[in-house]
Amino acid sequence: MSASKRGARVRNAHLVEVGMKIVTGAAAASVMLSAAGLLAYLLYRGLPSITWDFLTKAPRYGGIFPAIVGTFWLVAGTAAFAMPIGIAAGIYLSEYAPRGRRTRLIRLSIANMAGVPSIVYGLFGLAMFVMFFGFGVSVLSGSLTLACLTLPVIITTTEEALRQVPQDLRQASLALGATRWRTIRKVVLPAALPGIVTGAILGLSRAAGETAPVLFTAVFFSAPLPMSPLDKTMALPYHIYIMATQPNKPQPGIVWGSALVLVAGVTIINVVAALGRSRARRRVTW
Amino acid sequence: MKGGGGRTGRARAVEAVVRAVMSASGWLAIVILTAIAAFLVVNAWPAITDPNVGLVRMLTGTSWYSTNAQPEFGFLPYIVASLRVTGVALAIAVPVGIGAAVYISEFAGRRVKEIGKSVIEFMAAIPSVVYGLVGVAVVGPAIKDALHLPSALTALSAGVVLAFMALPTIITISEDAMHAVPNDLRMGSLALGNTRWQTAYKVIVPAAGSGIFASVMLGLGRAIGETMVVLMVAGGTMNLTWSLTDSARPLTAVIASEMGEVVQGGMHYSVLFVIGLTLFVITFVANLAADLVLERQRRRWRR
Repeated sequence: MSASKRGARVRNAHLVEVGMKIVTGAAAASVMLSAAGLLAYLLYRGLPSITWDFLTKAPRYGGIFPAIVGTFWLVAGTAAFAMPIGIAAGIYLSEYAPRGRRTRLIRLSIANMAGVPSIVYGLFGLAMFVMFFGFGVSVLSGSLTLACLTLPVIITTTEEALRQVPQDLRQASLALGATRWRTIRKVVLPAALPGIVTGAILGLSRAAGETAPVLFTAVFFSAPLPMSPLDKTMALPYHIYIMATQPNKPQPGIVWGSALVLVAGVTIINVVAALGRSRARRRVTW
Repeated sequence: MKGGGGRTGRARAVEAVVRAVMSASGWLAIVILTAIAAFLVVNAWPAITDPNVGLVRMLTGTSWYSTNAQPEFGFLPYIVASLRVTGVALAIAVPVGIGAAVYISEFAGRRVKEIGKSVIEFMAAIPSVVYGLVGVAVVGPAIKDALHLPSALTALSAGVVLAFMALPTIITISEDAMHAVPNDLRMGSLALGNTRWQTAYKVIVPAAGSGIFASVMLGLGRAIGETMVVLMVAGGTMNLTWSLTDSARPLTAVIASEMGEVVQGGMHYSVLFVIGLTLFVITFVANLAADLVLERQRRRWRR
């Protein structure tokens, strides 16, 4: 091969290199910029309507307080069901489960649960909790439905957090005569706790924003504050949906204000969780 | 030593109980997934077996008159609507998502990588109803003005918004797959004089191929199962067309908008569960494909 031909090929490769770097970079940049634009637009439209009254008054006085409270209770209920079960299942998969077909089947089920559409969870919640168990359209039914949806996230992140704990620690504890459960409780769990909590929070913040699963299981457009788990409730995402799709939009400020409150709530929780995780990671060195 | 024996005895009992509780929680995943399928099938059964409705007539029928005296429940138009919307979403999200993943994994510096990952986490955390709101207020009108369409609420608008929701899934999982390719391969290729792009194109992407495929499958599952965005942005007219600039009424939107009005236990109610079952089967297959492929890749790189 002549030197000039090789030179042309190298130059060509270099051109393609620069070109593809620009093309893929543009793809990445467009994603980042749209996310930034979305956040900026939400702030621009939503911030003017955020006032103390907006956050603490009932809808008839122009506020969204019952929707915030409703979402809080739905998430609290979801946490009460999904966290103990999800963490226990994560511990099982990481610490107890034997390698084999049955464990593989459990993992496959978890992966598939994560992919079931949220509206299908809504149908399932309607059929099982609302009708079959007779809980009616209520905070309880909604929480149970959201718990099923959140479970795969919590299980997966718990298992991952536990796997990060080095095997040496377990073996040292077992060698000292501790039982398996004592080892998990005193050694493995404390070390993995930040990761587990972060995962659980991420799962719950997803539940807070879900609309479709609570559509037929928990919400009502202008319900009073829920007094018992068997009451209907308002919820922030559903409130946004109804206000945004009403044919004669009375106050767009309420819609964008609610959207900003929801996004801000979810984002702040996520950031706090991520910071907690990275701080804990820095503190613990193996 | 009697006390000691009692203590180990108790410890053993505790151990057994704990083990039972933990494994029961693990098995609960299978139980819930089975329960979802069972409740869908049980509630869909009256419509599937009804001589006037029937599974084949529903899946291939093109007319939907749920309130007629002699109701018809053909939901082929809704399946086509789901495909139109999902098709638009994937046509945008797959090239952009894989491109962004290649950049983040192969070209970007450490700082850009970290910023990119947190932005994608933020995108994934935004509730779907907020995407729907932005679709109704911003994306839909913008597309309407740009293409001079009669309506802002079309399959195209919904698909564009859905693309944003599928992007985090596609980018994260493709990037993970490229990251998991052993660094030796990357170094080997660069050492032979290949440029970074040649390395990415000829070595990394083929090696991470199954992970990228899985990311597309999972993105597909997300897009076809998404409810709020299509409910708010797609327009909601029943029509059998492949046109992207017409209104659409995808499967998820039918369930969400009609479940509130049906007689519980009636035929219409049962048909909505058939639609739910259809969605469940589609996403189940997509997820299973993704999972099997990912598992194969995991086993390949474990050595």
